[in-house]
Amino acid sequence: MSSRDMILEAVQRNQPPAAPLPEVPLFDDAAEPPLPRFKASLERMGGKLAEPSADADLAAWVAERYSGLRVLCSAVPEIAGTRRIEAAQAPKELEDVELAITRAAFAVAETGSIYLSERELIVNALGYLTQHLLVLLDPADIVGNLHHAFARPEFAEARYSVLMSGPSATADIEGVLIHGAQGVRSLTVALVAK
Amino acid sequence: MKVALFVPCFIDAFFAEVGIATLELLERLGVEVDYPLGQTCCGQPLANSGCQADAAPVEALFVENFKGYEYIVAPSGSCTHHVRHHFDAIEQTEEVQQVRARTFELVEFLHDVLKVDALPWAEFPHKVGLHNSCGTLRALRHASMTELGEPEFSKPMTLLSMVKGISFASPSRPDECCGFGGTFSVFEEPVSAKMGYDKVNDHKAAGAEYIVSADSSCLMHQKGCADRLGLDLKFIHIAQILNGARA
Amino acid sequence: MKRIDHAEASSHFIAETEHEAFHDRRLWDLRQKRDRESQTIPEWQALRDLASAIKEHTLTHLAGYLEQFEAKAKANGVQVHWALDAEEHNRIVHDILAARAVRTLVKSKSMLTEECELRPYLERRGIEVVETDLGERIQQLDDEPPSHIVVPAVHKLRGDVADVFTRTLGTDALNDDPHYLSEQQRVKTRPYFLKAEAGMTGGNFAVAETGGVVVCTNEGNADLSANVPPLFIASVGIEKLVPRLADLAVFVRLLSRSALGSPITQYTSHFRSPRDGGEMHIVLVDNGRAERLGMEKFWTSLKCIRCGACMNTCPVYRRSGGLSYGAVYSGPIGIILNPTHDLRKYSSLPFASTLNGSCTNVCPVKINIHEQIYHWRRIIAEHNQLPFVKKAAMKMAGRLLASPKMYRRSINVTDAAIEHLPRFLLYSRFNAWGRQREVPATPDQTFHAWYLKNRRMDGKTPS
Repeated sequence: MSSRDMILEAVQRNQPPAAPLPEVPLFDDAAEPPLPRFKASLERMGGKLAEPSADADLAAWVAERYSGLRVLCSAVPEIAGTRRIEAAQAPKELEDVELAITRAAFAVAETGSIYLSERELIVNALGYLTQHLLVLLDPADIVGNLHHAFARPEFAEARYSVLMSGPSATADIEGVLIHGAQGVRSLTVALVAK
Repeated sequence: MKVALFVPCFIDAFFAEVGIATLELLERLGVEVDYPLGQTCCGQPLANSGCQADAAPVEALFVENFKGYEYIVAPSGSCTHHVRHHFDAIEQTEEVQQVRARTFELVEFLHDVLKVDALPWAEFPHKVGLHNSCGTLRALRHASMTELGEPEFSKPMTLLSMVKGISFASPSRPDECCGFGGTFSVFEEPVSAKMGYDKVNDHKAAGAEYIVSADSSCLMHQKGCADRLGLDLKFIHIAQILNGARA
Repeated sequence: MKRIDHAEASSHFIAETEHEAFHDRRLWDLRQKRDRESQTIPEWQALRDLASAIKEHTLTHLAGYLEQFEAKAKANGVQVHWALDAEEHNRIVHDILAARAVRTLVKSKSMLTEECELRPYLERRGIEVVETDLGERIQQLDDEPPSHIVVPAVHKLRGDVADVFTRTLGTDALNDDPHYLSEQQRVKTRPYFLKAEAGMTGGNFAVAETGGVVVCTNEGNADLSANVPPLFIASVGIEKLVPRLADLAVFVRLLSRSALGSPITQYTSHFRSPRDGGEMHIVLVDNGRAERLGMEKFWTSLKCIRCGACMNTCPVYRRSGGLSYGAVYSGPIGIILNPTHDLRKYSSLPFASTLNGSCTNVCPVKINIHEQIYHWRRIIAEHNQLPFVKKAAMKMAGRLLASPKMYRRSINVTDAAIEHLPRFLLYSRFNAWGRQREVPATPDQTFHAWYLKNRRMDGKTPS
């Protein structure tokens, strides 16, 4: 008998009496307006919210905001960057990226999270090997809480999905909060309509 | 109302004044109190050590002593917790189940059954820190628990607030266990003592003159710690304050 | 296997006064953050009820959900493996790595791989394994197991970390600034992400309806481990299944709030299918879980989502440190998990608790932890695993307390010598009561004697 069958057999044999599966409500009775809540949650998680004016030249806005950075790898049509993600052949090539730019499929007000997958990142490692991350978000794409987030079709469709909530963080030494433990040092979400 | 008084073994042995205060208080409140003379212990120290076989005859004796009473009242949260929620070393006959259901800790008996709303004889002109034992707090639900974020309530505080002249110190970790834990106090002595030190220091820092509790076992442990640390703290059972002790 | 002596180990931890004080304060701070955060969610208790019910449903239908998960994962192009025990798990992982000539493996923190002792297994076979979670890396470099399931190096102060890093990474011995230390670790770990031929994670959840594995981290190291090297392996305990994405929402809302008091981990990642040009494996591990499922009093411990809230709230854990439990899992959850693996070795652990019940109150999946601790004590006594002194004392106390006559005689104090008091109150393990505490004052009389004198005119002792 294979280990698989032995495990399944033992599980089957030992399963306690059946308990029912509850329905999970969406808990949105008291849903607040999503944008202010998203901003507060994002900032609490260490992220920043930027609101470039609607008629701003985005490339110039980025160049000014990240003036010290040289390698800007973009996955969005709105901003050219110094390098296009589509040109990357392997994750390792992204090692020197200083700023990655992408667009979130949606965001979650409750937790300040943005949703990214291989569709937005093209190369998943882009979101992690870069030093800083700039994520465009259409304010119309903010859901209230995680129940709504996981009800979205993306999780079942994408190969890789991440709810990213602020930059990389650790408090493993004496509880001192440090951003940029392994992944990005900063995360900025810019409200830019699609 | 016919009530049997259960004076747990360590109160009987070490803290006669707590048993006396409980008896007198119940009598002041018009309760007819019996003290079955053959009582010893509820079996908790044995059962808490996992020794069900050793606990069984002790539990059987408890039932023998307390069967047939309308209420059984004990000035001890942990013993009441044992009788009500564990106490299954013996067969669960109707008689056993009845004794278990009728056993009350003193504070809840005063608060929930007698619904005491005045204690005109009680006066305690001191600043006290209340220690809720874990048995009273989490098992008997004497008070709201910080972990649950539930609306605040406290049965012992409600009773103590009827006492003239009393004031309260608020320790920073009101729900933290003091580290007595029955045989834990000797088998896990290093942690037990450290928890006790932290507990009495917390009360002292909050300005308490007295630590008051519905559990003498916690108080015995905390007093041992405070005395060793040389802290000027006094310890008193809630029955004594409610019965009119002045110091 | 030698019995773990938790009390003895705790005394060494407490002797390091600065460490102990910080440890207690830090974890209590996490507990308070958890309290505050949970109170911002009006449906918190409803979420706990849901989480518990979903887990109980899943565990009582686990075989079916495992099969569903496997079928989905395979359809997603993932290779699924099954491991009966730690040995088989390690062999499977090694076989995958060896077949692809992997020499360096980067991994994120996984209690399951700790449980299986995967790292030494692979290292003995010539594979370099690099832990990439900061706390776990500190522990790896110091050759110590994690002391906490969420914050593995919480028992160390900055100076200890500086010492470890100076010794192993060559950092500045005079600099113990956590920012500096963390940055050094980032800089020294990054090349491994680029160099490693394989990455590995554990799994916080496995979703039957998607076949995906969910990993929650704050550092992003799991995403680096999974997304940079061409080969990705996730090891997942079979109890980590949840049926649907809708269920996942409940657990993600509870997990980090319970663990750290933050609304969510910085990264909550769902790995469903290998990326282009990549390879993905999932190893489903039993290692005693199926057997525990059949234990009437203990199967609900399988609901655990490894948040560590029970450890943070535990007054004993905070004052004894995770390493004092001598086991992979420490604190209250460790007390109820470890004895299923080795009853004798871990027989002292269920007594390393005051049964105060705080752990049960904070548990996001409502495991009755303190009641299970209580019940383990019975199992240990029944299996004759109590220390001799305790067993003998209990036997004696039981006989004494079952006989009013013997009991009265033993505490019938006239001049009340303390040794005549009930032995179980004061019997000593090397006089443990009095080592750091004063012994209660000798009473003038027992309540019983007072009662006979004052309330019973006949003054007779009962027969």
